[in-house]
Amino acid sequence: MAFDVVIVGSGIAGLRAAIEAAQVSNGNASVAVITKVQAMRSHSVSAEGGTAAVLYPDKGDTLESHIYDTIKGSDFLADQDAVEFFVRAMPAEIYRLEHWGMPWSRTEDGRIAQRNFGGYNFPRATFAADRVGFFEMQTLYDTSRKFDNIQFLQEWFVTSLIVEHDTFRGLTAIDMKTGGFHAIEAKAGIIATGGGGRLYRFATFGYSSTPEGLSLAYHAGAPIMDMEFVQFHPTGLIPSGILITEGARGDGAILVNKQNERFMKKYAPQKLELASRDVVSRAIMTEIKEGRGFKDEISGMDYVLLDLRPIGADKIKSNLSGIREIAIKFKGIDPIDEPLPVRPVCHYTMGGIRTNIKAETPLAGLWSAGESACVSINGANRLGANSTAECLVFGAQSGSGAAAYALKQSTHSLGTQMVQKEEKRLYDDILHGRGSENPYEVRDKLQTIMDTHAYVYRDGVGMTEGLKTLRNLHKTSFRHVDDQANEYNSNFINVLELEAMFEIAEIVLSGGIARTESRGAHSRTDYPQRDDANWLKHTLAYFGGEGPRLEYAPVTITKYQPAERHY
Amino acid sequence: MRIGEAVNLKVARENPATKTRRTYQEFAVPYETGMTVLNAVLYAKEHFDHSIAIRYSCRMASCGSCGMTINGLPRLACYTQITELPNSTITVGPLDHYPLVRDLVTNFGGFFDKHKSVAPFILRTDSCQDTNPTSEFAQTPQELDEFLQFSYCIKCGLCNAACPTMSNDPRFIGPQALGQAYRYIADSRDEGAIQRLTAIDGEHGVWRCHFAGSCSFVCPKGVDPALAIQKLRRLTMIKPGAPRKGAKLEPPLDIQ
Repeated sequence: MAFDVVIVGSGIAGLRAAIEAAQVSNGNASVAVITKVQAMRSHSVSAEGGTAAVLYPDKGDTLESHIYDTIKGSDFLADQDAVEFFVRAMPAEIYRLEHWGMPWSRTEDGRIAQRNFGGYNFPRATFAADRVGFFEMQTLYDTSRKFDNIQFLQEWFVTSLIVEHDTFRGLTAIDMKTGGFHAIEAKAGIIATGGGGRLYRFATFGYSSTPEGLSLAYHAGAPIMDMEFVQFHPTGLIPSGILITEGARGDGAILVNKQNERFMKKYAPQKLELASRDVVSRAIMTEIKEGRGFKDEISGMDYVLLDLRPIGADKIKSNLSGIREIAIKFKGIDPIDEPLPVRPVCHYTMGGIRTNIKAETPLAGLWSAGESACVSINGANRLGANSTAECLVFGAQSGSGAAAYALKQSTHSLGTQMVQKEEKRLYDDILHGRGSENPYEVRDKLQTIMDTHAYVYRDGVGMTEGLKTLRNLHKTSFRHVDDQANEYNSNFINVLELEAMFEIAEIVLSGGIARTESRGAHSRTDYPQRDDANWLKHTLAYFGGEGPRLEYAPVTITKYQPAERHY
Repeated sequence: MRIGEAVNLKVARENPATKTRRTYQEFAVPYETGMTVLNAVLYAKEHFDHSIAIRYSCRMASCGSCGMTINGLPRLACYTQITELPNSTITVGPLDHYPLVRDLVTNFGGFFDKHKSVAPFILRTDSCQDTNPTSEFAQTPQELDEFLQFSYCIKCGLCNAACPTMSNDPRFIGPQALGQAYRYIADSRDEGAIQRLTAIDGEHGVWRCHFAGSCSFVCPKGVDPALAIQKLRRLTMIKPGAPRKGAKLEPPLDIQ
C-alpha cells in the first residue's frame, strides 16, 4: 500500500489537513487518513464552547488584542511569531468552515455570533451552541467526502513510523477489523493524533485519547516539547470528568464555595471567573485545600459549585443545550434549577511534537498539527477556544506543506528489516507475551500516579516519588494479551496504548522535576515564582533508551516582553 | 440499586470469522452510582474477560461509537444508565442490520457509503468555496433553525438499526442518510437540492420508508429523521423547477 500523504488521526486537525492536501494538489496527491477510531469518533467531537478569531474589528476587536491575550495566557512561553501567524490566519478559517456548512450560531441580522471566554479582552469565541467541536468535525468530515483522492483507513492502529536517514518513509499499522499487519509507504506523513490526556483518570478526554502519536514521533527521533505543561480545565463534572464548557462562565455562570462566596473576587478581581484556566483552577484548589470546598461522600472527591442560574433558562436552553443535556443525564441535575459540582480536570497538553510555523517536525517529510504538536502558540497555558482554532490553522498548514513536498518526491520502496523487526515486537513480544499483571489495573495505577503527583499543584518531592513509582510499575509484567482473536482485538491495542502512556508520563514528570519554577499550568509549591532568568525556555525531550534526554530551546520573542500577569 | 450490588450483565459473544455461534456470557458487575451500560461492559472486559470486543470512545454521547442492542433496543451504551432499565438483567448485543465483526462490534462501511451517496456537503454553482474567504453567507437564526436539529446527527447508526424497512431491504438508503440529505437541502447556503432529490428518488430511496417512526424514537440526539423523510417526499413531488440560489455573502471583513 502506498500514498503520497498519510495523515494519522481523524480529528479536526487531521481532517482539515486532508482537505487542504486534497485541494492544493488539485486531486493529484493521494491522501490517506489513517485512524484508530472511525472517522467522526475522534475526541475533537467533544470540544464544546468556541473557536477564537477576530471577526468584528468594527466593534472594537483587533488582531493585536488576540495576539497579546494568547501570549499573556501562555505566561510568555508561547513563540510570538507563531502566535502572530496563527491569529492572522484564523478569520479565514471561520469563514471557510461557514462556507462548508458549519452551523455557527447567528445574530439576529444573520452574522456569525461570538461569546466571551476566559483570558480574552473581547468576546471572540465563535460558537455553534455548545457543540462547536462536534459541528466542526461534522463539517470537515462531510466536506472531505467531496474529494475522491481522500481515502479513510478506519480502525487502523499505527504502531511505528519508518524513518531512514532522518526522513519519513512510511509506517506500520494493524487493521483492527482483520488483525492484519501492514507496511504503508508514504512520501509525507502528518501526525494529528490529539492529546494524551488519558494519562489521568479524572480527564475530560474520551478513552481513545492516549498518547501513542507522540510516542511514534519520539521513537523516530523527534523531540517532544514542553510536556510538563498540562492544562486542568476548572470545571470538570464530578465524578465522570465530563467537561462543562467555559462558555458557561462566558455567558455568566459563577463559581461559589461552601460559604456561598464568589471566591474568584479574591484571585482575579477584574476578570473573575473569566481569568485564564490556570488561574481559575489554582483558585479552586486553594479553596478546597483551605477547607472551603464540598466533599462528595460517594466518590470522595472535593469540589466547588458552578452556578449557571444567573444566565437564565432561555439562554441556557439555546446556547448551552449540550451541557444541560449532559448534566441532567449523567448527574441528574438541571443547571437551570441547581448548581453543578465541579473540580479541575485534565483537559489539554500544551506540549507535543516540536514543530515550526509550517507545522514541520525536525524530521524531513513529517508534519504534526493540533494537540499532538507543539508550535508553540500555547506556551505554559492555553486559552480556551484557541485549541480548535489551532487545529484548523496548523492542520491546513501541514496539509498544504505535506502535499507540495510529496508531489516533488520520487517513490521509495521500504526496507524490509525495520518492518520485520516491528512485526516481531508486536506479535512475539506483546501479543504472545507472557505476564501476570492485569494491564487494565496497571493503567489505573499509572493514572493514579499522575492524578496524585502531577495535578494542579506539584512539588519536587511528589513528582520524584511519582517518577520512581511509575518506573517500577513499568517493569511489571503487563505486556501480554489474553484475547488471541484476530478480529477487533482491542485488548492488544490497549496494551500497545499503555506502553505509550508510560513513555509520555515519564516525559511529563521528568520535565516537571527539572523545571524549578512556576509558570502557567506548571505550578510548583516549592518554587512558586516564575523565573525568566533561568526558565524562559522550552523543554525538549529526546528518546534516550533509559528515560528521556532533556535539552532546552529559546522562546521566540518578537515585541512582547514578559510581564507579570493580572486578571 | 445499591452500591456494590451485582448487576447481572449478559454479553453477546460471536465471531463470524471463526464461525462461532452466538452465546451470551454472564457477568456479575458491582454497581456504582451513575454507572452506565458502557461502564458495566468495560468493567467486565477489564476485570473478568479481556477478550470482549467493543467499540467505544468519548463516553459522553458525542462520538457515536458505542451503539448496541441493549435489552432489545438500539441505544448508546454510554448514554444508558443501569438504573433507567426496568430489568435487573441487562443483555447487550450488536446492532441489527449491520454485518457483524465480532461480539458487540459491527461493520459500518456500508453505512458511511450510504451517507456519502446523498452528497452531504454544501453544493454551490459559484466558486466562493474555493477561494480565501473574507466574510460569511448571511443566515438568520430562523434560517438556521430550518436545519439545525438534523445536524445533531452523530452518525451512531441507531436509526438504521431500528428501521424495519432496513431489515426487508438492505439496499434501502435508510433514515440516517435521508435525514442528512434533508439537512443540506434545508440549509439556506446550499444549491444542491435537485441533485440530492434525484439521488433518493428510487426504489431503495425515500419512497421505501413506511413510516414506522422508530428511527426518531431511538435517536439519542433528538433528531427526527422520520420528519425529514416526509419533507423530502413533499419536495420530491413538487420538484422545484429551478435550483435555489444560495445565500449571499456579507461584505468583507476590514481587518487591520
